[in-house]
Amino acid sequence: MTPLQQELLIALVKVLVIFHALLGLFSLMTYLERRTLAFMQFRLGPNRVGPMGLFQPIADGIKLFFKEEMMPAGASRWLFVAAPAVAVITAFLSMAVVPWGGPVHLAGREISLQIADLDVGILYMFAITSLGVYGIVLAGWSSNNKYTLMGGLRSSAQMFSYGLALGLSWVGVIMLASSFRISDIVASQQGGFWNWNFFPTRQLLGFLVYVIAATAEVNRTPFDLAEAETELVAGFHTEYSSMRFALIQMAEYVNMITVCAVGASVFFGGWLAPLPVLQSAFGVDLGLLWFLAKLACGLFFFVWLRGTLPRVRYDQLMHFGWKVLVPVAMLNIVGTAAVIAFFS
Amino acid sequence: MSALDIVLFYFFGTVALGSALVVVGQRNPTYSAFSLIVTLASLSAIFGLLGSPFIAVLQVVVYAGAIMVLFVFVLMLLNVREEQRQDGSSPAFKATALGLGAVLAVQLIVVLLRATREGPAWAQGFDASARKVAEVLFSTQYLYVFEATSILIVSALVGALALARGGMGPVAPPPAAAPALTAAPPAPEAPAPVEAAH
Repeated sequence: MTPLQQELLIALVKVLVIFHALLGLFSLMTYLERRTLAFMQFRLGPNRVGPMGLFQPIADGIKLFFKEEMMPAGASRWLFVAAPAVAVITAFLSMAVVPWGGPVHLAGREISLQIADLDVGILYMFAITSLGVYGIVLAGWSSNNKYTLMGGLRSSAQMFSYGLALGLSWVGVIMLASSFRISDIVASQQGGFWNWNFFPTRQLLGFLVYVIAATAEVNRTPFDLAEAETELVAGFHTEYSSMRFALIQMAEYVNMITVCAVGASVFFGGWLAPLPVLQSAFGVDLGLLWFLAKLACGLFFFVWLRGTLPRVRYDQLMHFGWKVLVPVAMLNIVGTAAVIAFFS
Repeated sequence: MSALDIVLFYFFGTVALGSALVVVGQRNPTYSAFSLIVTLASLSAIFGLLGSPFIAVLQVVVYAGAIMVLFVFVLMLLNVREEQRQDGSSPAFKATALGLGAVLAVQLIVVLLRATREGPAWAQGFDASARKVAEVLFSTQYLYVFEATSILIVSALVGALALARGGMGPVAPPPAAAPALTAAPPAPEAPAPVEAAH
């Protein structure tokens, strides 16, 4: 095999493994979310299919496969079909730049546990997240239904406003690492948990802005106005059924996994251990495990939020986004720049 | 460029041209807007293939991700389904269109001739990394122009706000003055009329 073919083969294997890992994580998450929410509300949750209900996602999948696929009269046929695909594709694309672990040595060559270590990794992330809104907008508009249109409108305004704050929350981190490359950002947090970017001496403000903006960006409680069931039936995906509905759900969960993974990489040191001595055990690098642990904490946090908080009102959402979150993010950038300029 | 890059280049080039034709030919403005997004995304892929990932990403962030969201937002807000046909076939309109088209054609031919004579930019070690762009943009050569542009944008923003509020007269009391938990005051942003009607 030529070197180019080898590179392509390695890239292909990485894409396939991460794609299927995400699919598995998605179905596991649907189960874990329902179970955890149930325990928070003193219920049991799905516990009938398989041990502790663990096969529930498979049963759900089979059910959705055999449901009838509906398309409303007067819907734009092409866009109605394209919308779930756009949502899923953008959701998966953004995972390409997330590093799942440190470099691994295999058969004499170094392999990074990341599909593409782009020079502009974090900007790429930002670009793909800003494209993610089209899946929702298309679904809302093409269904020819006033509730879906309203859901699509709301979420486009929301994702646009909070997407800005999301991008701005990274700028401080980028300045500290002086690089857009995500692996450089992870490397800049080396040395122990007090060097991670969420720590008050680093980028606590940026981290708080990121958490709020990311919650709004993936349409999770308390910012799930796009699918406010008390006023909009089910929001932008009211008219979707069967596998198209499953695709939209998949996009939402994969997006949630993505923002947790990015948050872990950018603010919690990615695959770095909290103490340098814990980075490897018996000569084996534990980076992947540390990363997965941080990812799990992030995902639990989102479920916890959903079990705790009520939904905000639309005008509160807009007011908070533009008049609080964006100015705070700007302030953080100016402050970080001032500190860097003063101490260097 | 490797063979793979060339195949991808022609693929994205075809997609960009095809979707650009749809933008012009499509009667439904929403389809036009979505085709334009496809065009911009393919252009971004071409920039990436030509070795300037920074410009590729900016293309998506600024045009496809921000400006087009506003376009689509307005189209959805007005819920336009079919283009309103203007009487666009007056002789003056045709003459202007032909003149502008000719200017564009001349520009394209000049660029094409230069490209065939001097070779492609990526072969000459063209550097459009974030660092290089920042160095040029914030050098004394372009700094004042850059700042002037941002002032221009701010004044355009203020102008748009003044127009939307109906002149410079007294504005309505801000909705934040109302107690937070009583009836929802309309949001100050664009979607306010829809929420009120809803």
